[in-house]
Amino acid sequence: MKGGLSEFFAMGGYALYVWGSFGATALLMIAEPLLLRQRRKAALQRISRLVRIKSEQQS
Amino acid sequence: MSGRFSLYRFSSPAAFYPLAGTIGKVSTLIAVVLLAIGLYMSFFVAPTDYKQGEGYRIIFIHVPSAWMSMFIYLVMAFWAGIGLVFNTRLSSMMAQALAPTGAIMTFIALWTGAFWGKPMWGTWWVWDARLTSELILFFLYIGFIALQGAIDDTRRADRAGAVLLLVGVVNIPIIYFSVKWWNTLHQGATVSVTQGSSMSTIMLQAMLIMTFAFWAYTIAVAMFRVRSIILEREKDTRWVSELPEVRR
Repeated sequence: MKGGLSEFFAMGGYALYVWGSFGATALLMIAEPLLLRQRRKAALQRISRLVRIKSEQQS
Repeated sequence: MSGRFSLYRFSSPAAFYPLAGTIGKVSTLIAVVLLAIGLYMSFFVAPTDYKQGEGYRIIFIHVPSAWMSMFIYLVMAFWAGIGLVFNTRLSSMMAQALAPTGAIMTFIALWTGAFWGKPMWGTWWVWDARLTSELILFFLYIGFIALQGAIDDTRRADRAGAVLLLVGVVNIPIIYFSVKWWNTLHQGATVSVTQGSSMSTIMLQAMLIMTFAFWAYTIAVAMFRVRSIILEREKDTRWVSELPEVRR
């Protein structure tokens, strides 16, 4: 297919609008799960520390 | 109790925590598969529009995100209301878990709307009833998140948030019917519950698959977020300290 790929990315002259929309959406939908993973890690770390402090106090 | 399955059991955060993990994983899988099919159909199967050329393809994320922005709000308000009336901890956590995703969906709807409005209407933004009420929805999400973050006492934060959400519900029918009630620049509904669809079948199918993909995505991230919220709120309980993922 001649010029298939560049023609696809050109989106019939609407490249900025189509890719601006899909790009921003993709960015957000990738960033959200990554941030959630970080939040979970932080929460688990804090709890581990809490549990350790508690067990040290008991002994 | 033999063999009787009770849904009420899962109103306890300790019982819901592992279930949320399973639902989250299954929803992730569904979301990835549906997104792959939906994107393929959006770009390669759905034909070029005779009026808007390739520019109309924005519809495949604009409409699903706009639908989700309203739907998530209703689900949030439902859970917050349950939490307010029955004082169930988990329902308030569900409302809190949905808020950021709802805000993101609303932002996507507004953003893609601007990127669609520019080439088709000649402007990124107009103060039209549909756009303005959707912007208010975005502020409601942000307001709810800020309010919950500003109050230290969790129970009071939940109650205040629930009241805000329930008052804001009035905005949802305003968004939905705005294109009917006012003479707006935003076009009328393409897909209507009462009148069916005015789109070509293949475009409609692609849009519905994208909608279900966004739906599965929302369920997945909400479940993962509610797990973190449960951990944060129940960090002093025994069952949390005994979880295998908590390293000692």
